[in-house]
Amino acid sequence: MNDVIGYAPWLVGFPLVGAAVLLLGGRALDKWGHWIGVLASSASALLGGWLLFRMIGADPAERVADQRLWTWMSAGGLDVDLGLRLDPLSMTFVMLVTFVGTLIHFYSVEYMAHDPHRRRFFAYLNLFIAAMLVLVLADSYLVLFVGWEGVGLASYLLIGFWDHKRPNAVAAKKAFVMNRVGDMGLIVAMALLFAHTGALDFGTLFDAGDAGAGEGLAEATGAVSTLDQGTATAVGLALLLAACGKSAQFPLQAWLGDAMAGPTPVSALIHAATMVTAGVYLLVRSGPILDAAPTAQLVIVIVGTVTLIFGAIIGCAKDDIKKALAASTMSQIGYMMLAAGLGPVGYAFAIFHLLTHGFFKAGLFLGAGSVMHGMKDEVNMRGFGALRRVMPLTAWSMFFGWLAILGIPPFSGFWSKDKIIEAAFTGEGWQPWVFGGAALIGAGITAFYMTRLMTMTFWGRPRWTEPEYHPHESPALMVWPQVILAVGSIALGGVLAFGDVFTTWLEPSVGHVEHHEPVLSVPVLMGATIAVVVVGALVGYLMYRRDVPAEAPRGSVLTRAARRDLFQDTVNEGLVMKPGQGVTAVLVTADTGVVARGWGVLAVGLAGLGAWLRRAQTGYVRAYAASMAAGVLIIGAVIVLVATLGPTAGA
Amino acid sequence: MDITNYVVLACILFAIGATTVLLRRNAIVVFMGVELMLNATNLVFVTFARIHGDLTGQVLAFFVMVVAAAEVVVGLAIIVTIFRTRRSASVDDVNLLHG
Amino acid sequence: MTPDMAGMTTSGGEAFLFWVLAPLMVLAALGLLFVRRAVHAALCIVFVMVSLAIMYIASSAPFLGVVQVVVYTGAVMMLFLFVLMLVGVDASDSLTETIRGQRWIGLLLGLGLAVVLIGVVSQAAFRPGTPLTEDQVANPVGLARVLFGDYVLAMETVGVLLVTAAMGALMLTHRRRLEPKRTQRYVAEQRVKALPEGGTLTPLPAPGVYAQTNAMDVPALGPDGRPLEHSVSRVLRIRGQEKAAPASLVETGPAGEVSTVRTGTDGGEDA
Repeated sequence: MNDVIGYAPWLVGFPLVGAAVLLLGGRALDKWGHWIGVLASSASALLGGWLLFRMIGADPAERVADQRLWTWMSAGGLDVDLGLRLDPLSMTFVMLVTFVGTLIHFYSVEYMAHDPHRRRFFAYLNLFIAAMLVLVLADSYLVLFVGWEGVGLASYLLIGFWDHKRPNAVAAKKAFVMNRVGDMGLIVAMALLFAHTGALDFGTLFDAGDAGAGEGLAEATGAVSTLDQGTATAVGLALLLAACGKSAQFPLQAWLGDAMAGPTPVSALIHAATMVTAGVYLLVRSGPILDAAPTAQLVIVIVGTVTLIFGAIIGCAKDDIKKALAASTMSQIGYMMLAAGLGPVGYAFAIFHLLTHGFFKAGLFLGAGSVMHGMKDEVNMRGFGALRRVMPLTAWSMFFGWLAILGIPPFSGFWSKDKIIEAAFTGEGWQPWVFGGAALIGAGITAFYMTRLMTMTFWGRPRWTEPEYHPHESPALMVWPQVILAVGSIALGGVLAFGDVFTTWLEPSVGHVEHHEPVLSVPVLMGATIAVVVVGALVGYLMYRRDVPAEAPRGSVLTRAARRDLFQDTVNEGLVMKPGQGVTAVLVTADTGVVARGWGVLAVGLAGLGAWLRRAQTGYVRAYAASMAAGVLIIGAVIVLVATLGPTAGA
Repeated sequence: MDITNYVVLACILFAIGATTVLLRRNAIVVFMGVELMLNATNLVFVTFARIHGDLTGQVLAFFVMVVAAAEVVVGLAIIVTIFRTRRSASVDDVNLLHG
Repeated sequence: MTPDMAGMTTSGGEAFLFWVLAPLMVLAALGLLFVRRAVHAALCIVFVMVSLAIMYIASSAPFLGVVQVVVYTGAVMMLFLFVLMLVGVDASDSLTETIRGQRWIGLLLGLGLAVVLIGVVSQAAFRPGTPLTEDQVANPVGLARVLFGDYVLAMETVGVLLVTAAMGALMLTHRRRLEPKRTQRYVAEQRVKALPEGGTLTPLPAPGVYAQTNAMDVPALGPDGRPLEHSVSRVLRIRGQEKAAPASLVETGPAGEVSTVRTGTDGGEDA
């Protein structure tokens, strides 16, 4: 691997250059600039594919390669090198980001065709790709943090892309601020790590020298192993906070729904496939720390479980097709977090589900975008229905995405999700029953709301009228990415799960996993899962197959709560925003009343003093001469007095 | 007679010169007051040169004279210029720099 | 300040000279404060300066005494008088004070300055000195040694200063020509032009009635025997120093006509 790692910086370099050219190029690039963005992303994807090919060909022991580009800062005991790490984990992400990213670039060419700021959109997309690649390729927490902030910035810019609409600008701000809360966690984690180990790079922290580099993290004896239990727990919880902010996990989940205000390709790329999964990546990458902190792992599992149920419930009540998908994303990432919290037994499945989810959720979002494209940007599913006839390709691609997310064998989701549910049932005591049960129920609810979405959109009777809406199939550039992603939704999971290819592949990064027996036998669990899913799907189909009222019925207490995102905004406002506003109001009053007025009085007083003193300036030379003479006189008098009294006083 | 009487005389002349500067308004007379003050200091220099038996005092008095001559040349030129524009030699008429 | 210190007392003759000159100098200096006219003030200060020169010579500084006369009374004060002639002869300085309280403040400060300075002198304890030798006093060679030895750099600098001051004075008093030069032809043409408005072609008549007086302050008599007011200098007229023409030469006729009485020389025929 070491012979080709010199090309790795170009993975980041292509999209970064693309973003710079597009941003600095000005209006001259408005007509064809988007192709620069597509080209940059494609180049990165091709390079990534070649590197992946080389890595597959390399000996498993040599699949981890670090490249130090240059010394970023050197201060006392802190030496931060700007470096990249290529290993199976980062390579997986590189492929996901560049491949899905490139598809979405193509999709956006058509989707944003009528937007006057398409060039800026592609610049931001490229910026995002570059930042995300920095995040996953980083060889230290500090470089990772750069990418972490970079994707936050790109997310902010893209959510608020249509910032002339106030709700979009507010949503962008909300996402940014809530991400900052998570970023604090990452900063604290880095500070703790540095204080206790003196290093921030993965090599020093996790690898036990050259000999242990290829053996996996399970036997890692890097600097992390010197951490005591309490510190490891603190670092783990801080990392969890960071992951919660970025991955929209409970309790920092509120921004994701509003982030759907951005263009749909953005929702597909950033808020479904890649950026929101960065939290999972962070936790998996920090595996050795979590292994040393069982308490932190338990908290992660709880957070993941709560979020997967939370998101699933919200998803059942949303009529906005994008918000329903966003809730689904939240829920699916909850599954990944749950897996990541289970320890080495779950890391590989977390990443596996992340990968398959990246494909089928991106496909679903692109399908939703395609539907919106045909329905005059309408997002309310109560206005859809029977669209499969007018946009068959979109319907088929979403259909396979639907099967994948449901976890119907042999589609992608089955291979990853079922493993996570299986892993959740592993362990001792009450935990497997609670977490496993929740994961199982979550799968059922997922089946319900996804079927509801599909039924309301594509099946049933049309609730739109022809002259007002003219639904039509989207252009080829939009459809083909959906088709490709649908193929991924169908086959990817099965291909990678065959003979445990993927888990073996990830071993150099996340360690080898001994198979653990769940508390129930595997076939029983598999059967139960499929049964629950089928029941959920049937209920969903039967409920929404017939007429859906254009106005949402009042619904039960739970429905109303779910429509309001289970009061997440109310809670945030009550706990954080209102007290903050109160403090601000008090400070403003204090500032204007005391500080500002005080300075005002001082200024007026000084001005008055100046006006009074000004009268001394008569302009008459003789008056000035008189004051000079007075000064001379005083000095002379003092000299005389000192000369007269001085010796007397001394004697 | 005590030789310091010269110094006392110089002090009186100096004070009168200073008072002239403060009281007279004709710029030329004010200038004469300045000259009187310079002459008073010269007398002090000469007297102290005599007391100490050191010619340096006289040399300094000589320098004062030369510098005073230069000063008079420039000062009177300024007075002439001001008189040309304002038709007045009164120092009180030049009072634009007031607060 | 003990009298028996070497070099601290003077001879009787010098003491006499001092006691005669000093009060006069103080009086003349006070004249600077109290006289109305700048010319008188200049004369007062000239007196002070000449007296100072005498004192220098008496105080073993003959060279400085000479320089004092040459530079101050000879050059500086003459310059003062020139400027006075240029700017201020017909403007008399009023002694009324315009700045409120300035007079009292000035007097107080002057008095205070005198008191403090004299206080310093009377308080000071002088070191026993060594009087100047006869050799040092008699010729300026000793002075020249110090001047061109220890102070040669200052000497050169002062030379530069003098040149600079001369240049500065030139610059300050230089006046750019804003209108065409008044040539003889131009003046003549202007006079011809001014003729209809009552101007004269000829130069103004000279003052004075030569038969009886030769003074500048008496107006000349015209051909008709009337006194010509504009023949007297403007300065004298403004000052009010103009004298009337001799009354015997001017007579008012019954019809208000002025006629000249022929007495002695015939002024009318002269004109």
